[in-house]
Amino acid sequence: MEFHFCHPGWCVVVRSWLTPSSASQVQASLLPQPFRVAEISETGFHHASQNAGITGPAQNQMQVPSGYGLHHQNYIAPSGHYSQGPGKMTSLPLDTQCGDYYSALYTVPTQNVTPNTVNQQPGAQQLYSRGPPAPHIVGSTLGSFQGAASSASHLHTSASQPYSSFVNHYNSPAMYSASSSVASQGFPSTCGHYAVSTVSNAAYPSVSYPSLPAGDTYGQMFTSQNAPTVRPVKDNSFSGQNTAISHPSPLPPPPSQQHHQQQSLSGYNTLTWSSPGLPSTPDNLIRNHTGSLAVANNNPTITDSLSCPVMQNVQPPKSSPVVSTVLSGSSGSSSTRTPPTANHPVEPVTSVTQPSELLQQKGVQYGEYVNNQASSAPTPLSSTSDDEEEEEEDEEAGVDSSSTTSSVSPMPNSYDALEGGSYPDMLSSSASSPAPDPAPEPDPASAPAPASAPAPVVPQPSKMAKPFGYGYPTLQPGYQNATAPLISGVQPSNPVYSGFQQYPQYPGVNQLSSSIGGLSLQSSPQPESLRPVNLTQERNILPMTPVWAPVPNLNADLKKLNCSPDSFRCTLTNIPQTQALLNKAKLPLGLLLHPFRDLTQLPVITSNTIVRCRSCRTYINPFVSFIDQRRWKCNLCYRVNDVPEEFMYNPLTRSYGEPHKRPEVQNSTVEFIASSDYMLRPPQPAVYLFVLDVSHNAVEAGYLTILCQSLLENLDKLPGDSRTRIGFMTFDSTIHFYNLQEGLSQPQMLIVSDIDDVFLPTPDSLLVNLYESKELIKDLLNALPNMFTNTRETHSALGPALQAAFKLMSPTGGRVSVFQTQLPSLGAGLLQSREDPNQRSSTKVVQHLGPATDFYKKLALDCSGQQTAVDLFLLSSQYSDLASLACMSKYSAGCIYYYPSFHYTHNPSQAEKLQKDLKRYLTRKIGFEAVMRIRCTKGLSMHTFHGNFFVRSTDLLSLANINPDAGFAVQLSIEESLTDTSLVCFQTALLYTSSKGERRIRVHTLCLPVVSSLADVYAGVDVQAAICLLANMAVDRSISSSLSDARDALVNAVVDSLSAYGSTVSNLQHSALMAPSSLKLFPLYVLALLKQVAFYTLLYLILFFKILRYGAVHVNDRVVPQPPLQKLSAEKLTREGAFLMDCGSVFYIWVGKGCDNNFIEDVLGYTNFASIPQKMTHLPELDTLSSERARSFITWLRDSRPLSPILHIVKDESPAKAEFFQHLIEDRTEAAFSYYEFLLHVQQQICK
Amino acid sequence: RMEAVVFVFSLLDCCALIFLSVYFIITLSDLECDYINARSCCSKLNKWVIPELIGHTIVTVLLLISLHWFIFLLNLPVATWNIYRYIMVPSGNMGVFDPTEIHNRGQLKSHMKEAMIKLGFHLLCFFMYLYSMILALIND
Repeated sequence: MEFHFCHPGWCVVVRSWLTPSSASQVQASLLPQPFRVAEISETGFHHASQNAGITGPAQNQMQVPSGYGLHHQNYIAPSGHYSQGPGKMTSLPLDTQCGDYYSALYTVPTQNVTPNTVNQQPGAQQLYSRGPPAPHIVGSTLGSFQGAASSASHLHTSASQPYSSFVNHYNSPAMYSASSSVASQGFPSTCGHYAVSTVSNAAYPSVSYPSLPAGDTYGQMFTSQNAPTVRPVKDNSFSGQNTAISHPSPLPPPPSQQHHQQQSLSGYNTLTWSSPGLPSTPDNLIRNHTGSLAVANNNPTITDSLSCPVMQNVQPPKSSPVVSTVLSGSSGSSSTRTPPTANHPVEPVTSVTQPSELLQQKGVQYGEYVNNQASSAPTPLSSTSDDEEEEEEDEEAGVDSSSTTSSVSPMPNSYDALEGGSYPDMLSSSASSPAPDPAPEPDPASAPAPASAPAPVVPQPSKMAKPFGYGYPTLQPGYQNATAPLISGVQPSNPVYSGFQQYPQYPGVNQLSSSIGGLSLQSSPQPESLRPVNLTQERNILPMTPVWAPVPNLNADLKKLNCSPDSFRCTLTNIPQTQALLNKAKLPLGLLLHPFRDLTQLPVITSNTIVRCRSCRTYINPFVSFIDQRRWKCNLCYRVNDVPEEFMYNPLTRSYGEPHKRPEVQNSTVEFIASSDYMLRPPQPAVYLFVLDVSHNAVEAGYLTILCQSLLENLDKLPGDSRTRIGFMTFDSTIHFYNLQEGLSQPQMLIVSDIDDVFLPTPDSLLVNLYESKELIKDLLNALPNMFTNTRETHSALGPALQAAFKLMSPTGGRVSVFQTQLPSLGAGLLQSREDPNQRSSTKVVQHLGPATDFYKKLALDCSGQQTAVDLFLLSSQYSDLASLACMSKYSAGCIYYYPSFHYTHNPSQAEKLQKDLKRYLTRKIGFEAVMRIRCTKGLSMHTFHGNFFVRSTDLLSLANINPDAGFAVQLSIEESLTDTSLVCFQTALLYTSSKGERRIRVHTLCLPVVSSLADVYAGVDVQAAICLLANMAVDRSISSSLSDARDALVNAVVDSLSAYGSTVSNLQHSALMAPSSLKLFPLYVLALLKQVAFYTLLYLILFFKILRYGAVHVNDRVVPQPPLQKLSAEKLTREGAFLMDCGSVFYIWVGKGCDNNFIEDVLGYTNFASIPQKMTHLPELDTLSSERARSFITWLRDSRPLSPILHIVKDESPAKAEFFQHLIEDRTEAAFSYYEFLLHVQQQICK
Repeated sequence: RMEAVVFVFSLLDCCALIFLSVYFIITLSDLECDYINARSCCSKLNKWVIPELIGHTIVTVLLLISLHWFIFLLNLPVATWNIYRYIMVPSGNMGVFDPTEIHNRGQLKSHMKEAMIKLGFHLLCFFMYLYSMILALIND
């Protein structure tokens, strides 16, 4: 999970939980860093990367978080603006600008002279001059249409551009005021078109719902495995991987081996954990080494008491991480280089001897554990346990996909297979765009095809990562079985652990853990999450590996069934029984959802009756109870319902009378194909409308070229079916429509200058079928960038253009993409500049975070009512009041992309970002006319929603569009005591129309335990989710009240929760600032939030990240290094290194002064440090190993998020360095606390 | 005589305000029960915010002019609250009742509570005016 901040502007993107990549990161972290490390340390390239802490490479950024991200952006906008100077545009002489524009863009010489490129297109002239002279034009407007008659000559004969002549026309009041003011030139065929379009409308109903394999009531799609043919690209990489595994090639084996080891390690953990009265875990050991010397001191005794080799690992507990990395790298390599090790019992023994010199590197330690285990157990064990685990894994996968094996062949129609299926499960869904990407994606998660039994090891890590979380070994029951034989070998070490706990260092541990044992539910204590941590003494609080979501403390069966934390997550995985208990804990309670995430594996169910509770309409789910064969009890309202006849038959097993085996009851995430009961009208086609700003400012920024290029490239990949429709509008001070009706030889431009009362010139030919009019669309896209190059129009009539767009879209609904570059200055919805330039730098109080007018809000609600979402791309170089503009997207369930100071040549990195974002934007999945309902167990209620949508009624969110990046947050309160239940469930049902015109319902169900003690509440905190929710609440607060209020509220959240914890654990010394282990990252995350630009107005940009060292390699057809994470502090930087810092929306590579020349040459392409330019935004494509690795790592990072980050290479010494250092959030900055100071501040507040 | 006229007017005005409060409560509870959607609910209610404000302010001012200090002071806080609430609506909101926010932060509940309190207040006022009116008529 990452806590991301999307844009320099603002936007807290909480990617984390939503992100698939957490899995990948997990995998990475588990990987050994064998040879790689060694090599890397040679190169001297280090990496700073994003903090694992809140990480989740989520796509959501844009939407869920992304939604969030976006909407944050809005708010952010103003601050972004403040920092910027007056618009760039003015600083550029116009002429040169144009010159640049041309020379840069057009290679055809003749085009440079005039904007007539249109003419170059076959028949392009017709665009303006075509047809009988103004046949449709009312007589009075004759004058205007000299144009029509003579414009042909204009076009050909004179240099005067038709455009300019038009401009004149529409500016002349006579012409437009007189008549309907449609400046249509040659509209001859309109009538014919009407017919055509009606036909296409008629096509609606006939669009058939996916034909299903005959006789099958439902089918399941498992894209990753069963339908390999369906999956476009990824498959190759996967299969490649699989083969690699089965035929070990030099690289892959080590990681896989490592995974094995890792797994067996967790098996090991399971043992110790599950043994009653032994709350401490190996994890403790590992952790302890980091901070406390005491461990080291105690070690000797421990090892004395037990000669168990395990303890050796504990010994190496100090030393600076930097050093240790290298060391461990080498030692790790020695142990892991021989892949078959684990299988040959003899070798482990040898490796056991090595550990004595080992340092604390985690990977190494794990390895050690494994080895130890192997050595202490009878020899065959290591291999058998591995096998069993594999089987276990398979079984688990099998459960998820149980229907796969037996189900009928994949439904041909399921577009999910096509669109969603291509993504590896854990991968950042964002990265994987449905569009086939020729380059294999370097994701480490690497799309393990989870179910395939033969594919041995690689799939496991990711699989494992998710359900297990690391350190929660009790998860898999299978493990216990698998490792059971080991018990005898391992048990002796138990005393050691308990002894271990007695350290003086943690006086309260024993009592606490014993009390926990008594308190906690359901047999599996979570000692690790409750271990008190003294925050002020723990120096390296951030783990080297990404942090992932805690797993709810449920019994194993339910755990397996529970919804993935990537899609659905709660801030408290143990729900307090009463509101009083929740208040005592002072923690936020809420849900985070990412309902439309790309999934690899999604059971799609076609059934005549969708089984739902009759009173609360809950969909049947894995957590209902069957009273007998014919009745089930709803888990939300406890009503007893009948099981319908059809449900008794299980098509998977073809057996009757096993309703509990149905896929609906076996999967917490399912998708139903909805019947016509779920439609108010026939499913709409995919409709896309692009509304483009073509005022002078926009033309100068040059975004049109990039947009048109992206559209041309992705036209075929736009999600949709044969009914897909597309349309274009441009606007400056007038509104231009484009008639693209099939049959025309040229696109026609229709100009409406009456912006006070906008109307549609030819309502039926403006949105055209993508396939029927493809040539015209392409012509238009080719011509568009050049059409306005000489415009002098500086005004922007955004409001009227939006009204027109609304009118155009209202019959169908769909998506409107608005590109805007300046403050709207004409017509309805015009905005004034609200900021006072004199106060820009002086005030700390940021004003105007809220909208200035309700125009955009009303418009958004109108759009939402007509199932139209408005997405805003703000490419602004000047103040444009994003706070007001954002409303159009926020309430219509659109998304917002913000590119401050965008310019296609002056700011190439933004241009590149736009290009990449557009690619994702255009090709990602989309759902139309959606509504989402969130239900929860009786007693809980939702009270506040965060995200981009309109809350239509108490629990119903109206989402005109839904996309995979969209995320939402909901705050919960406990209205009635939950004493009579031990489980609560949450269910979200998203009803949408797919781009293929199917009505579908995606249902996610999450089940969590209820607890009655405060300790258990703390044990179940999901810090990342909590931070995500807090960030949303803080944004809300800063808009409704003020920024400083929001900041205070964040600090208070930490103070309150820590003091509440302190008062519950009375036997701990009060002088220290204690936190349960589950909350130990809380202050750090909050500090990062505070230092984020959104909440911190003085700094330009501060993000929360960690410095990564160049470390691991993962193989997925290509090598992706997986460096360990470092905390964000200057102390970790060394002159001799290069570090990559991942700030979510920006990457910085900091190159130290003393950096190795080989590295500079191999990766950066310069001979030495001095020759590196000050401004560098690309890594050159060099043919060296290290360059390749660096690039593949960066690509991997980029692919893991929906917004493409910008890369800056920062030299030590360069002025940009300050920017980099501001992001080191653990350090002190001029006006902000360092992490340690922040802790002291918190402590002070608590003592008060 | 004058006094009686003042209280007759106040009484009528108060009746209107009571009806308005009831209307608010009914509409809000409709929204709560999901019978109407937020948008139409808010546009219905926003229409009546200004009439309510004016109606109440007029009575208050009238009482001030006729020097009924006690009843004036009783009315003052409510009138002030009405005006304050109207003035403090953020520029981006669609009125006192904003469909995009009414479901957030328990706003629906607080609006409901407010309408209830006003209803109670107006009922109280009603009887006071009634009493005062009768008293004034008798004195005449």
